[in-house]
Order: sequence, then C-alpha cells, then structure tokens
Amino acid sequence: MSQTGKGMNPYIAGGLAGVLLVLSVLVAGNYFGASTSYVRTTGLIEQIVAPEHVSNTSYFMKYFEKDAGIDWQWMFVLGIFFGSFLSANFSGSYKWTDTPDRWKAKFGSGGSKRFLYAFFGGAIALFGVRMAGGCPSGHGLSGMAQLSISGLLAMVGFFAGGLIMARLIYGSNGGGK
Amino acid sequence: MTLAIGLFTGVLFGLLMQRALVLRYDKQLGALLLKDMTIVKFMLSAIVVAAIGLHLCLDLGLLELSVKGTEVGAQLIGGGLFGIGWAMLGYCPGTAWGALGEGRYDGLWGILGGWFGTAIYAEVYPTLQTSVLTWGAYGKLTWASMLGINHWIPVLVLTVISILLFRFFEKKGL
Repeated sequence: MSQTGKGMNPYIAGGLAGVLLVLSVLVAGNYFGASTSYVRTTGLIEQIVAPEHVSNTSYFMKYFEKDAGIDWQWMFVLGIFFGSFLSANFSGSYKWTDTPDRWKAKFGSGGSKRFLYAFFGGAIALFGVRMAGGCPSGHGLSGMAQLSISGLLAMVGFFAGGLIMARLIYGSNGGGK
Repeated sequence: MTLAIGLFTGVLFGLLMQRALVLRYDKQLGALLLKDMTIVKFMLSAIVVAAIGLHLCLDLGLLELSVKGTEVGAQLIGGGLFGIGWAMLGYCPGTAWGALGEGRYDGLWGILGGWFGTAIYAEVYPTLQTSVLTWGAYGKLTWASMLGINHWIPVLVLTVISILLFRFFEKKGL
C-alpha cells in the first residue's frame, strides 16, 4: 500500500473497531479512552521534579489514588503507537515526516510553524478535553456507543470548535481541492 | 495481565486505524473542512456496531455501562476548546500516538503540547471545580434514561441517521 493508496474500507475497519470495543468491555471491562493517559504521564513526569507538588494537586491525586502508576488505558494508548508502527511497516506506508500534504500545499514545508501549531494545538486540545472529561475515544466512541448525553454534547463541542478553526486556518474555500 | 490486555487491544485498534488511514492529518482536517469524511465513516461505523453489541450484551447481563456524567458547560466549552486545538494539531490524543507510530512525527509535537496543556489544567482544576464544572451538571444520563424509553429506540435512531449520512457521503463522493 503506497502513500496515496486508498487504504482499508473505513466502514469495515470502523465496524471491526466497534467489535473490538465490545470485546474489550466483555473481556477486560474497559471502555476505550485516551486522554486520561496524558494526566498520568504528566503527573509521573512532575513527580520526578516536584513530588510534593503532585501529592498536593487534587487533579493528579484523583487518578493516582486508584493507581499510582500506569494502567490499562496507558498501555492501550502505547499499543496504538505499536499497532500503527507494525501496520505501517508491513504495508510499506511508513513515512518519516513532520509535514502533512494538506499543510504543505498551504504553508510549505514543516519547520517551526508546523511545530508551533502542533504543540499549542495539542496543549489547547488536551486542556479542553480534560475539561470535557473525555476525547473522541472516551466521549466519542465509548460515550456515543452507550448513547450517553455527555458523549453527544462533547462531540457537538469537538466538531463545532474544529469546523470553525479549520476554516480560520485554511480560509473559506478550505485550501482548495 | 490487565496491562497486557490493554497493550494488545491498543495494538489492534492502532492497526485498524492505520489501515483505514484515519491517523493522518490530511484525513482529520479533510473532515473538519467537509471535504473527506473518511474519519467520520470510521467513527460512526464503530459507534453503531459497538452500540448494537453493547446493548445486546447489556440485555443478556454480560456487561455494565460506564456512562460519564453530564456537564453541559464543561462538555460544550471544553469540547469546543478541544476542537480548536484539534484543527491546529490535526490529531486527537490517541491518534497523535498512532501518527507518530507511522512516522508522522508532528504527532510528537502534539503529544508534548498535550502534556503541557494537561499540566496547566491540573493547576486550574480547583477553580474550575467551583465554576465551569458545576454548570448544567445533571449526572449520568443516557437518551434512554433521560426520556424514560427502551434503549433500543435511541440505538435504532442512531443507526438510521448514520446510514443516511453514509449514503449522503457516498453520493457526494466525500
């Protein structure tokens, strides 16, 4: 599969992901989620430099009281990395780059501008997603599949913010194509 | 054991997302610019299949739901902020790791930023606890429990809406 290949049918791949979620709940009792792993990692990093500060920070202790280290979800997120790495290498679609095609067409090669957008985008995204209490995995997949009100509200927020910001970045014609 | 199962589940999920190309910035921005609905097709297919499977198993008493509490203010404001950051980064918290896995190392900048954003959130959390997080907090609600109806009705509505959307996407070549 090349870089421009069509990839696997998204309906089938998505459907299989849905089956995987059901099996995960049945076998391990765990719904998918990703953003809580960022809280754990941040807490563990801060613990190295300022352990007292972490034990005095209620938000970290909220999670560390249950389990002070890595948990199911942390390994799940690490697994996404390895699964993608294996799949990309076996299918020949691994590509070492910091510049997505759509970005390149609008702004040219990566460099500091791509770094700044990605870094601060990540910062705003994780701040927001912790406020919302879940990401497109936790609220999106797991929440929507349970037909929860919180999941739908969060998804409305995700796409409202995303649709507006994408227009602001790429202009009203959406960067052509 | 729990950790090993978590890793294995993640590997399979990462593999499916990589094959369906949904880990790519171009696909995520494609959806936000309404030009390429690949990620929406993937997500909604997963949601519909999981919704049917979960509620079937629920009826059989094989599992329990784990519904997150409704916090209208936090979910709309926090969700909106996430959306803004998502459009800038082009990956979400899980797919940033997946993108890095397939060599797209701008995902790593997003992960580093994500840790930074989380650190700030942890500092302001006590303030938010007495403000935003209390706005419209109605507890753990599903469509079925809120409306007092059988849970298969919202599952059916979700399925029908998704299929209509899929047909629309295919017709428009999105």
